Amino acid sequence: MLTKRIIPCLDVRDHQVVKGVQFRNHRVVGDILALAEFYSREGADELVFYDIMASSDERPVSADWVSKVARTINIPFTVAGGIGSLEKAQALLNAGADKISINTPALKNPSLINELSTIFGSQCVVVGIDSQWVEDDYYVYQYTGDERKSCNSRRRTMEWVREVQDRGAGEIVLNCMQSDGVRQGYDLVQLQQVRSITTLPLIASGGAGKASDFLEVFEKAKVDGALAATVFHDRILSIGDLKQMLYNNHLPIRLSY
Amino acid sequence: MIAVIDVTGNNLTSIGNAIERLGFEYSLTHDLKTIEEASHVILPGVGTVGSAMDALEKHHLMKTLSHLQQPLLGICVGMQLLFEQSEEANKPGLGLLPGCVKRLPATPQYSIPHMGWNSLRWTSQCGLNRGLNHDDYFYFVHSYAYLSKEHALARSSYSSEFTAVVQKDHIYGVQFHPEKSARAGMVLLNNFLTLRTS
Repeated sequence: MLTKRIIPCLDVRDHQVVKGVQFRNHRVVGDILALAEFYSREGADELVFYDIMASSDERPVSADWVSKVARTINIPFTVAGGIGSLEKAQALLNAGADKISINTPALKNPSLINELSTIFGSQCVVVGIDSQWVEDDYYVYQYTGDERKSCNSRRRTMEWVREVQDRGAGEIVLNCMQSDGVRQGYDLVQLQQVRSITTLPLIASGGAGKASDFLEVFEKAKVDGALAATVFHDRILSIGDLKQMLYNNHLPIRLSY
Repeated sequence: MIAVIDVTGNNLTSIGNAIERLGFEYSLTHDLKTIEEASHVILPGVGTVGSAMDALEKHHLMKTLSHLQQPLLGICVGMQLLFEQSEEANKPGLGLLPGCVKRLPATPQYSIPHMGWNSLRWTSQCGLNRGLNHDDYFYFVHSYAYLSKEHALARSSYSSEFTAVVQKDHIYGVQFHPEKSARAGMVLLNNFLTLRTS
């Protein structure tokens, strides 16, 4: 049986891992390779690296540290940040990334999703969606890596989810912005709504603060994976203990590593 | 020396990294002589069965692979290439193993590709699973699989049962990616690379 995935997210800026609160006020957490190795040994099922400034700086993720990560760990990892062309995607996949995740570039040029999935296969194309409730509905935000440029794309989240699925995305990471970094639990209402309209693997992101938040999001929102940063970076939870608890609650979890 | 067959010239970084981490030397090659003289040969999985067969034909590797005596390991699409036929391509495979690779059925509960960590059910104790436990998981990313049981060393299940590890004589195939499967994958890869050559 396919397992539920626990995915630490490493926000990268200037070759270091950083963490913000609600996408703002970033502080340095540590070295990319040291953290990648630490989480991999702790039993992370996958890692996500977001170069948070790449889109707003209009430059791609550096393939240099991606190949160092590939030499350091032996679990799958995804790279995100400013991947706006097939050439940039190719360079990162060649450097050893298993998947690439696109967010702002997909909003600017939705046909990029079709092109990437046709050439590299939908299995390596993740679409990240930064979403929050505004007045009447959930909306997708862009340039969220830079608080000065972050803005509403005016696309409704549910419409965008359907569109990226139709265009050949292989997985969706839903970053619920209002719950990000505040450790009050995942946005179950929004995740359940997205779950009900897509069969793609769905990864919950934003809000994990304690072990029961993970159990709740797997049981109630039926997501395939749960992504988190602060709880792991601040050592509030160890991945090993978290996975044991989920396993004890009868979820399919990989414990042997 | 271990030969990793350079099928398409890209995205073979991970398998090379894993071999080096285990302390072995390898050559990424499509040179006939290097492959023939290698102690172990790995046929990695990249792209589709059709594009990989085109590349093998272009480098005149079909006959070389058929005549190998040393252990040969096909990974993911590399495993699928070992069979006579695949639904993914309109041309025959290497035919080193009998049977046809089929598309995994898609259902509302099971989206395709099958992607993530899944477990194996080994059918016997063998050189490849030494040091592995029944609760070890492996990382899969694929849309096609060999559904039949013939020559299966291990089975797995998703939207259908399928063969996750296959073996006939010196020919081995794994549907998952050992190079991305953490400790369990490294144990399996090390087991393969230390299989005695006949």
